[in-house]
Amino acid sequence: MKNLPPLKLSGLEPLVVTKESNFINIGERTNVTGSRAFLKMIQENRFEDALSVALEQVQGGAQVIDVNMDEGMIDGKEAMVKFLNLMASEPDISRIPVMIDSSKWEIIEAGLQCIQGKGIVNSISLKEGEENFIAQARKIKRYGAAVIVMAFDEKGQADSYERRIEICERSYRVLVDKVNFPAQDIIFDPNIFPVATGMEEHNNNALDFFNATKWIRENLPGAHVSGGVSNVSFSFRGNNKMREAMHSVFLYHAIKNGMDMGIVNPSMIEIYDDIPKDLLEHVEDVMLNRRPDATERLLELAETVKGDGTKKEIDLSWRNVSVQDRLAHALVKGIVEFIEEDTEECRKLYKRPIEVIEGPLMDGMNIVGDLFGSGKMFLPQVVKSARVMKKAVAILLPYIEEEKSGGSSSAGKVLMATVKGDVHDIGKNIVGVVLGCNNYEVLDLGVMVSADKIIEAAIREKVDVIGLSGLITPSLDEMVHMAKEMERANLSIPLMIGGATTSRVHTAVKIEQNYTKGQTVHVLDASRAVTVVETLLGHKKDAFVIDLKNDYQKLREHHEKHRAEKNLLTLEQAQKNKFQIEFKQEDLISPSKTGIQELKNYPLEKLVPYIDWTPFFQAWELHGRYPNILSDEVVGDAATKLFADAKEMLSKIISEKWLQANAVFGVFPANSIGDDIEIYSDETRSQVKYIQHSLRQQTKKASGIANLALADFIAPKKTKLKDYVGAFVVTTGHGLDEKVAEFEKDHDDYSSILLKALGDRLAEAFAEHLHEIVRKDYWGYAFDEKLENEELIKEKYKGIRPAPGYPACPDHTEKVTLFDLLDARKLTGVSLTESLAMLPTASVSGWYFAHPQSKYFGLGKINEEQVKSIAERKGKTFEEMERWLGSVIL
Amino acid sequence: MIKIEEILKERILVLDGAMGTMIQRHVLTEDDFRKGWFESHHKSLKGNNDLLSLTRPEIIEDIHRQYFEAGADIAETNTFSGTTIAQADYDLQDAVYDINFHSAKIAKKVADEFTALDPNKPRFVAGSIGPTNRTASISPDVNDPGFRGITFQELVDAYIQQVNALMDGGVDILLVETVFDTLNAKAALYAIAEVFEQRKIKIPIMVSGTITDQSGRTLTGQTTEAFLISVSHMPLLSIGLNCALGANMMRPYLQILDKESPFGVSAHPNAGLPNEFGQYDETAELMGEQIKTFLDESLVNIIGGCCGTTPEHIRVIADLAKQYKPRKIEILV
Repeated sequence: MKNLPPLKLSGLEPLVVTKESNFINIGERTNVTGSRAFLKMIQENRFEDALSVALEQVQGGAQVIDVNMDEGMIDGKEAMVKFLNLMASEPDISRIPVMIDSSKWEIIEAGLQCIQGKGIVNSISLKEGEENFIAQARKIKRYGAAVIVMAFDEKGQADSYERRIEICERSYRVLVDKVNFPAQDIIFDPNIFPVATGMEEHNNNALDFFNATKWIRENLPGAHVSGGVSNVSFSFRGNNKMREAMHSVFLYHAIKNGMDMGIVNPSMIEIYDDIPKDLLEHVEDVMLNRRPDATERLLELAETVKGDGTKKEIDLSWRNVSVQDRLAHALVKGIVEFIEEDTEECRKLYKRPIEVIEGPLMDGMNIVGDLFGSGKMFLPQVVKSARVMKKAVAILLPYIEEEKSGGSSSAGKVLMATVKGDVHDIGKNIVGVVLGCNNYEVLDLGVMVSADKIIEAAIREKVDVIGLSGLITPSLDEMVHMAKEMERANLSIPLMIGGATTSRVHTAVKIEQNYTKGQTVHVLDASRAVTVVETLLGHKKDAFVIDLKNDYQKLREHHEKHRAEKNLLTLEQAQKNKFQIEFKQEDLISPSKTGIQELKNYPLEKLVPYIDWTPFFQAWELHGRYPNILSDEVVGDAATKLFADAKEMLSKIISEKWLQANAVFGVFPANSIGDDIEIYSDETRSQVKYIQHSLRQQTKKASGIANLALADFIAPKKTKLKDYVGAFVVTTGHGLDEKVAEFEKDHDDYSSILLKALGDRLAEAFAEHLHEIVRKDYWGYAFDEKLENEELIKEKYKGIRPAPGYPACPDHTEKVTLFDLLDARKLTGVSLTESLAMLPTASVSGWYFAHPQSKYFGLGKINEEQVKSIAERKGKTFEEMERWLGSVIL
Repeated sequence: MIKIEEILKERILVLDGAMGTMIQRHVLTEDDFRKGWFESHHKSLKGNNDLLSLTRPEIIEDIHRQYFEAGADIAETNTFSGTTIAQADYDLQDAVYDINFHSAKIAKKVADEFTALDPNKPRFVAGSIGPTNRTASISPDVNDPGFRGITFQELVDAYIQQVNALMDGGVDILLVETVFDTLNAKAALYAIAEVFEQRKIKIPIMVSGTITDQSGRTLTGQTTEAFLISVSHMPLLSIGLNCALGANMMRPYLQILDKESPFGVSAHPNAGLPNEFGQYDETAELMGEQIKTFLDESLVNIIGGCCGTTPEHIRVIADLAKQYKPRKIEILV
């Protein structure tokens, strides 16, 4: 037999797979079926973000990058082409070969037409017969790509050793003999299936894979073997320790048998040699199907190696160990039950109470920190641990006070505050807790804290780091102001920026350069906060700062470049390209009731079915869509527990009436004039009561796509048609602060954050529910609508309810009009802060548009011309509107 | 006639030199580009050298003759811009078939004359397939990196026409050259495969890329080896480099091709780099000295010249090539 050349692939650079090559790792986060976050980026057209996911993969060591756009909600072909073209323009990404991953041939072919290098098609199979298979293979060869062949044929997926080799051999023969496909360019995926499922027919799954792999490598010259490894441990979802060991053992044997590439999550794998001997033996028993009771034995062992048990009955065996270990256990598991007695017992063992904190308690929290840092614990668990810690410290505190030692051993002092005008603090509180867990002293100034107060406290308390948080867009400007004030005050304390609307780019472009004496750093989420603070206070600070400054400088330059490149339409051009609706009176339904309507003390239980849980998990940094997240292989366990706690609290909120739900809403006669909407006092439409000002998209659009403004959805005055606009304010926040204070008094951050997150969800649910009532009854334009909650979440209903401050109308000042129109302050008790955030935070406000063609959109960037126009229309100064709209001005 | 694949095992083959440089030696006016074919065309045609195969065929014929006399084994057809895409600038998409067909005919006629004179040194015609003036991998719009001025399918369609016309005209080889965007080259190869399938006949293919600067990469960023891998799915007679660089700067990249390529290796460098007046002034002797280093290292199977080279250069190169054994080829198609 002649010597076949190796498999050679290329991006901008070559990748040659030889016998000596190590296992080839395929990056797969740029896959809409595998990553909700990536899907969201594509859906929201955030291709820049999607590109950074690709870049992270390459920098993380992926040698091939898998791109998959198979999702019903997006145009897969278009997305594939766009993303591959964009990747081609980033040399740091396109340096490695591309794997075009799709089950649709037209997407594969479109992808093949975009890559100049030699990539891999993932995948084809005999599923739809030989003819189809041959035609596709011929084309792939002509395009110059390698191919993954699934062990799948007309009869189905191969699930035994025999079927695997039968299909692979047949595929190989067809490819090599009939298509003349280079044998070395064939990669088989012989299907990795779960083991230890408890079903006897699965016992041989791994072994069959190993043997099939070995057989392929020995009998099908040149061919390679690949697969997705995480599947094998599917039955141990939630027990990552077990899964890591299983992946490691699986790969060890698979590679030994000839598997030479695959999709492996590098963070989900244990070092083979580090697996404890008995665990290794048990896992290998299962993988190699060495004994009939292998699965049972592994399951038994799994109970003891569980990182976080899911058992229902309470196991108290941990009470039998030393008190120090019991404390550590309680911290890691977040168990408060025994904390008083254990802390008390421990205190008596040590000479000084502070030693209990510095010793066993900190030891336990270090374990928590490590586990969290390495992705083995998740936020809800960490917050529970913190609760235990706080309780223990509270018990010790009086003794420490008494001793007056005061010798704090904290690693550093961090000031946290939500900036002036903003009231959102869930994220800030989480960061505070995480820092507290890591032995930092956290000085939390609360919400709506002005610059002078922060600076005064920072100096007085000699803090080491200042952390600012904010959620609404005006907070971005307040942070810029903060940076300037810190500069003026001659401070050099590092400044951390965090919160949902903040970004690395904004920090680099708008904040960092205003504070030259100290370093500003954007912190993406709570899990990064500790590392950042640690670095800022550690000996590596200088290197970190230099890197960061470089980084931000580059971002600024990049941004400047892009800004210069991005050209917007003039306002006039954009207005000409408005959304053209052919308004007809029969489409414009007049409300069945008019005037302002109030709902006071609305029954909370009616809101529960309308809760969209996905954002609730996001607030806890658990990513995934509800309900799938509950069975997610990585965070499923943590999510399930959190969900159980949430439901328990929800039932108390309802039964004990913790919160009060109020709403006010109304539908008013209205017509548009240009980009404005006139709201009339009554049906005579003679007196303009308020004017709603809408902003118009100015980015250049493809032909046939309009530059939208909300005003486009309302019939113009000159049509003389009777149109309407609605408005609403809902809140479920009354009563929340009192309850939160109770929890905080009890050092229970977990419950406090949980309640706030639930309050937010209830407010959103109320908005959803009210919208439905309005559509079906009050306004009645969709009286025959029948939608499930899932469909509501997907915004399948007719009409829209855009909220001021959100993408369709980023102008927060519209809230003032809306609140005046509804007399909402008085009727709901919701007030507006100076930055126009709503207080209480668990509130939602917005407009109703009923026209069937109205739709949600994002404004995008606008230019100063439009700012000037809106300022004139509103009778405000240019400078004022520039400040409010800062984040959307190009 | 002996097959070129066989000859390639025995000796180093010589490709001709520049067409453009030779055309510049004639003083040509707008009329020369129109004569008999495009007299009332609405656009200026001067500089559209491919048209000369139709309007002044005797000039092209004479250039081929001079190169064969100098010792070239392979002549390239005057069809570098013979695609509907490149001719669109002149609104002459309709002339594409004639350009390629007649250019091939002219070169083939001269080649046959020389082969008849010395059957031991058969002469071949390579149909020149240029990169077009569009790139499939780079956006022409800096504001929009995802945009493309041309699609793969449009390139394939254009190349299918060119390849058919060249083969109708009787070329022996297809030369996909001056590849600065590998995706364009892959489209050309895809088109060639389609045409071969339709015509149920295959002829040898040469591919020659252009390393644009000393970074050692193509314009679209590929390293020499990545470029080689990206076009290796087609069985090639040779893979090589041409244009952009003079011989001495091309050497390190030829070394890579020599090491990695299972096919023959070709080189047709420029006569040095252009001087401040945009002219190539490296003498035949100077270029010969540099080519000699390729031969000493046994880097190539096919050698010739690109921009700025003349029959004098090719004579020196042909005389040198005679004295050396060719590079060993792993697989011959």
